[in-house]
Amino acid sequence: MNPQVQIQGTVPAGTGYNFAYLDEGTKRMIRRAILKAIAIPGYQVPFAAREMPMPYGWGTGGVQVTAAILGASDVLKVIDQGADDTTNAVSIRRFFTATAGIATTTRTAEATVIQTRHRIPEAPLAEGQVLVYQVPIPEPLRFLEPRETETRQLHALAEYGLMHVKLYEDIARHGHIATTYAYPVEVAGRYVMDPSPTPKFDNPKMDDCPALQLFGAGREKRIYAIPPYTRVRSLDFEDHPFRVQSFDRPCALCGAEDVYLDEVVLDDAGGRMFVCSDTDHCESRRADGHMGEAA
Amino acid sequence: MPHDLARQLAHGFADPVHEGQAVFRAAMEALSRPGRIRPLPTGLRPPAPLTPELAALALALVDADTPVWLDAPLRAEPAVAGFLRFHTGAPIVASPEQAAFALIADPARCPAFTEFAQGTPAYPDASATLVLAVETLSDESGPAFTGPGIRGTERLDAGPLPADWASRWAANHAGFPLGIDCLFVAPGRLAGLPRSARPVTPEATPCT
Repeated sequence: MNPQVQIQGTVPAGTGYNFAYLDEGTKRMIRRAILKAIAIPGYQVPFAAREMPMPYGWGTGGVQVTAAILGASDVLKVIDQGADDTTNAVSIRRFFTATAGIATTTRTAEATVIQTRHRIPEAPLAEGQVLVYQVPIPEPLRFLEPRETETRQLHALAEYGLMHVKLYEDIARHGHIATTYAYPVEVAGRYVMDPSPTPKFDNPKMDDCPALQLFGAGREKRIYAIPPYTRVRSLDFEDHPFRVQSFDRPCALCGAEDVYLDEVVLDDAGGRMFVCSDTDHCESRRADGHMGEAA
Repeated sequence: MPHDLARQLAHGFADPVHEGQAVFRAAMEALSRPGRIRPLPTGLRPPAPLTPELAALALALVDADTPVWLDAPLRAEPAVAGFLRFHTGAPIVASPEQAAFALIADPARCPAFTEFAQGTPAYPDASATLVLAVETLSDESGPAFTGPGIRGTERLDAGPLPADWASRWAANHAGFPLGIDCLFVAPGRLAGLPRSARPVTPEATPCT
């Protein structure tokens, strides 16, 4: 075997990095964690997260999961709060363009791998797509029980009474469940899981989703997964059933209803408008001729 | 002699980065959609009885961090352990319970699942993955499964397997989240059966 041939195959021209930045040993370690995460839906698999060339909180966990699964023929989409054009999304997309030389897109339907910070695209996902979440704090019980040794026992015993007490206290104080993001879910009838700080509006999209969902937490060094077509139930009570946010107006640009909206301040005189948080969804609708009141 | 060793040693992946990624993605798809058969092309020619597909999964997934257990036919051929040690650096262990991965060339004589690491209640991921080289692999017949990754039910027929395979699998699933996960490989193909796959028994189907 000619060692030069191997090196040429592993290094994208001109970057000096291995394909998708991570070394092969790290990728194998992450890949093994992903396989166990898929076999045990909702369970947080510890992994030896590496230092990445970006600060914690910028998606180091998601980036490592993406780097481990990415192949040369993948098409990558990266969103930050639904938008393809914000700093975090642009820099991660550029990172993989530079280190893996792969194709990128902003169109949900064209992507094979979608890395997301805190939104699930409005367009339905399909089989064959992988949604990679950036997760800051993977442990849903962390703010109720700070000790990892204890939360691990609670998961082992499927003892989730604490979480129900927390939701109940919401009702006692506010009259309704006031948790609006990182709303806890039960995966496949066993593990309670933090869906990352997505708005609870997106929770129903996790249920019975045709795409594979992978979650990476870099600082906390955890990977977890929801396989396709898996039951994902948002925790609730019979007399206080789970409900998503609703908006009293459509998107100002594309007129979409039943989507998650961002508030945009227009001036210092109280002017504001509400627009789709999912920029690709909004642009596709406007290209199809849909118009909102501010378009 | 070094020259002889180089001549005898079967080659690994020609392109370790992309071939390893492709094999991993096939395994990821297989485990996330239990019962669906995935293509697994490989150009490897490892020493028999290690099949090209067993070798491909080993090269893609194991390394010095993952103890590997070999079943009796693989253990009987020293070139198999030599191939795996050279290309992966994985420690070859004598006892199934120490293994993170088990390579099984004779699935009909697969040891009891309970001989392999099941994980612990706090760390169910510390459990073995069995890679079994089967002769037949079909998703049109055989026992039906349901659970995460499966829309409705999926069937998976692999063989030859031990006669008590169905009861072994039922017990393995009943222990969830503990248990082992299986990858079945046949020439050019791969299917997965994670511990989350629940066997659908005929009498349980019309449950209301």
